[in-house]
Amino acid sequence: MLWIDCPWCGARPETEYRYGGEAHIARPDPAATDDAGWADYLFMRTNPKGVHAERWMHREGCRRWFNVLRSTVNNEVLAVYPMGAPRPDVPGGEAEGG
Amino acid sequence: MAEAPATPRSPLAGLAGALAGAQAGGVTLTERPARARLNLRLDPEDEEALAAAAAVLGAALPLAPNTAASAGDRTVLWLGPDEWLVTGPAAEADMLTGALAGRHHAITDVSAMYATLALSGANAREVLMKGCRLDLHPRAFAAGTCVQTALARAQVILHRSGNGQTYEITVRNSFSVYLATWLLDAMAEYRPA
Repeated sequence: MLWIDCPWCGARPETEYRYGGEAHIARPDPAATDDAGWADYLFMRTNPKGVHAERWMHREGCRRWFNVLRSTVNNEVLAVYPMGAPRPDVPGGEAEGG
Repeated sequence: MAEAPATPRSPLAGLAGALAGAQAGGVTLTERPARARLNLRLDPEDEEALAAAAAVLGAALPLAPNTAASAGDRTVLWLGPDEWLVTGPAAEADMLTGALAGRHHAITDVSAMYATLALSGANAREVLMKGCRLDLHPRAFAAGTCVQTALARAQVILHRSGNGQTYEITVRNSFSVYLATWLLDAMAEYRPA
């Protein structure tokens, strides 16, 4: 069980949240993107072994979205930061693979 | 043709007998009478809107997470950084709408959306601990604390009232019978034989 610090409500168990997939994926302009580029936007994810930036929403609490840096190796939550904020630097933040 | 106002009917009416039998022992469970409930949203950085809402409600909107404010018959629960649940006597929606005219806001009447259960007594915290993962010890959950979390897997608004003796559990109507039944079962060991 993960415990995630909601930026508003504080530490809550994982079951109160909804997972929102990888963060910081910019939507390209559909008119200026070919099929390969659109497929890349829709389907391709980094899938790192290591630190992963992802979106979470506190479904059973304040219902706000935010970003989390989580290690996919040991599930450690390394940082919690607001939507729209740049990905923070954390020690050991360079992911392998990708 | 004017229609007669609908009489609120409790979703827990079918459990009235069971609740009447839960009034003794270390913990008691009661349904709160129907109240007017408003979901209020406005910009927390709009000082004038906050002041206008506070003037109508008689209490400042709580801005700190997991808190509540009370004024007389009215309670304002923090739901989010720009969202509150106002519980109180009816007919404040029009007053709030008037006071917030021209301000970016939303007022939604959710009176018929929830039921509120009151859990009291020396063993009330032990009963909640059976189905809630949060730390409910008074050092972490002081009187006046209001959280949204899961109780027995149902989403609830859990408010420890001002005097600290009662936990008010606000739950969606559709979950209320399930949750009340769960609570009655969890309370069984504290009831007189």
